[in-house]
Amino acid sequence: MSALKIKKGTSRHSAYDLRDPHAEPIESHTLAVVVDNEAGVLARVIGLFSGRGYNIESLTVAEIDHLGHRSRITVVTTGTPSVIEQIKAQLGRIVPVHEVHDLTVEGPSVERELALFKVAGSGDKRVEALRLADIFRANVVDSTLESFVFEVTGTPEKIDAFADLMRPLGLSEVARTGVAALSRGESVES
Amino acid sequence: MVVESLKDQGVEVVFGYPGGAVLPIYDEIFQQNNIRHVLVRHEQGAVHAAEGYARSTGKPGVCLVTSGPGATNAVTGLTDALMDSIPIVVLTGQVPTFMIGNDAFQEADTVGITRPCTKHNWLVKETDKLADTIHQAFHVATNGRPGPVLIDIPKDVQFANGTYISPKAASTKHYQPKVKGDIETITALVDAMETASRPIFYTGGGVINSGAAGSQLLREIVDATGFPITSTLMGLGAYPANGKNWLGMLGMHGLYEANLAMHGCDLMINIGARFDDRITGRVQDFSPNSLKAHVDIDPSSINKVIHVDLPIVGDVAHVLEDVLRIWKSRGRKTDTAALKEWWAQIEDWRSVDCLKFTQKGKTIKPQHALARLESLTKDHPDRYICTEVGQHQMWAAQYMGFNEPNRWMTSGGLGTMGYGFPASVGVQMAHPDALVINVAGEASWLMNMQEMGTAVQYRLPVKQFILNNERLGMVRQWQELLHGERYSHSWSEALPDFVKLAEAFGAKGIMVSDPADLDDAIMEMINHEGPVIFDCLVEKHENCFPMIPSGEPHNKMLLGEDADTGSAIKEGGAVLV
Repeated sequence: MSALKIKKGTSRHSAYDLRDPHAEPIESHTLAVVVDNEAGVLARVIGLFSGRGYNIESLTVAEIDHLGHRSRITVVTTGTPSVIEQIKAQLGRIVPVHEVHDLTVEGPSVERELALFKVAGSGDKRVEALRLADIFRANVVDSTLESFVFEVTGTPEKIDAFADLMRPLGLSEVARTGVAALSRGESVES
Repeated sequence: MVVESLKDQGVEVVFGYPGGAVLPIYDEIFQQNNIRHVLVRHEQGAVHAAEGYARSTGKPGVCLVTSGPGATNAVTGLTDALMDSIPIVVLTGQVPTFMIGNDAFQEADTVGITRPCTKHNWLVKETDKLADTIHQAFHVATNGRPGPVLIDIPKDVQFANGTYISPKAASTKHYQPKVKGDIETITALVDAMETASRPIFYTGGGVINSGAAGSQLLREIVDATGFPITSTLMGLGAYPANGKNWLGMLGMHGLYEANLAMHGCDLMINIGARFDDRITGRVQDFSPNSLKAHVDIDPSSINKVIHVDLPIVGDVAHVLEDVLRIWKSRGRKTDTAALKEWWAQIEDWRSVDCLKFTQKGKTIKPQHALARLESLTKDHPDRYICTEVGQHQMWAAQYMGFNEPNRWMTSGGLGTMGYGFPASVGVQMAHPDALVINVAGEASWLMNMQEMGTAVQYRLPVKQFILNNERLGMVRQWQELLHGERYSHSWSEALPDFVKLAEAFGAKGIMVSDPADLDDAIMEMINHEGPVIFDCLVEKHENCFPMIPSGEPHNKMLLGEDADTGSAIKEGGAVLV
């Protein structure tokens, strides 16, 4: 009598469709989100990502306009194209969010990150670390006879590469700021 | 200041429960006569009552509760309102600003807890910002996609004096969602309407949220084009159930003809609905051969579940007005020959009579109880129906007809058992002379039964129509069909005597078990002037059909044993599926 012949007792059907409908490729996007600098705004943005199961690869936030009470959140996220679209739409409907820009698709942009590396060692390793730091245009911001602290600025890939090189030379601690990004050219996003 | 702000916002009723952290506001309420306060018996009840008030009037509902447990008890109601896009404003008390973070008595991080379950929330730390924040809150709750907002007010801020500003002076400018749709896409939709051979309107709660104009324009466009229309649970009443193009509700327990028309259409016009998983079934097989248009005021609803071809971000009434204007100016064209064929197909599906049931024997079938309730109340000039959540909710949606918007209050998105009774209290407060009925299951009803005290205290003649099967019917149905008839904890062995319970609260109780007595009992319920608990003992193992099991497409429905599946599945169904 029923159009669907399911056997009584089968538990193949749950109350939800458990199959993953997303077989699309994963992309990485850099989003710039301009928000009112008010209490809890960062929690709203982060809560959106955690509550809806989105990824955060990197997150940077600071006030950019003191008089206008504006902050800029730069977030690098990954997901399928439809998930990325959904992230942007969801961010856009948070009340204190003014603008959401997808720098990855809105034309060319520059991305920079700053990192501090503590490298401890002596002898050849110490000399080699200093030589490589020079190649990467890293600044020495602290020095003892047994250690350096390097400051490196660049794309996340450059910083990853520097970290890889420092690891065998006594890398002991890393601090990274996360990505800050702006579109290229004279046009203004916000 | 708080009461002044509410008065200037046009608030007439506040649902609330006092406590230490809101006493200054309660003191203000005591000393005025503009705003009525309804003392509920549990803060969850206050929020659902405000939802019922909001859904039945189109105005925002307002709640006032204390800090800590008062606020946490409101969380379910807030989430319910968020899922169903209901405008409510909840004011919570908070411990004094200098004690926040000290684990003070009845302290909770209310804005933290409610951040994901409100559209927006505020902690007001300066009295000078209080009025501005309250006005902003009403603006945010009611503009764009409506939703719940919360304002947390520390007790010292309530006590202090500050500057009052009027709603007009409040800073509401930066939240101005787009209401007009993109004309190019609207024109493309008109193109599609002119040439479609199997079009369908699929409408939702957004039409009702768009106000009277939204429903009016929808009726005009449906009747002028002659396209069939189906609606989600939330959208019932926007197009009248007695209208000639009405197919009935769609979705998991929707009508056979509505679901098959969705599956087989070549143009789907979604107006103010959100492709919920109870609607779409298996998304990969959802209406595979149609061009899809989606009108929604919330950009995040578009392309969230189903990819659409014609996305239109805007308010339903504004967009429909443009669609109608352009369609009319181009000569009101439709493919009438194809439409005739499409309707013939739909009539063929309709002949399955998927809601058919046979009332026999000495036990009342729940469908029969609702069919009789419908028949005896549908001509009432001012009828409002609330429901709880479960089988009775789906049967009410199937067997009751709604010819006007704002007459149907049900928890759709969140599926909150315990919603209906407090909602009926809120509806009756807004419409004191109306017939307000809460169709309930006994299990859902018990979840917020304490609100009997509210109903009796405020002489609210709400009718609690309980279909009592001594089971969690929907859970039991899933266990029967999908979990090997292992009925794990889905029945209740210690139900109260509902007649005595009613009497204990000072209300009237009616129990009926014989089908022969049903009509008289329903009339007795309607004619009684006070609140009534109507305990209708029904068939214990009745299942709710039609049913699309989750993860299946629309064309794979389970039908009840009485439906006439003979011709349609072989011919009609097979043609398009």
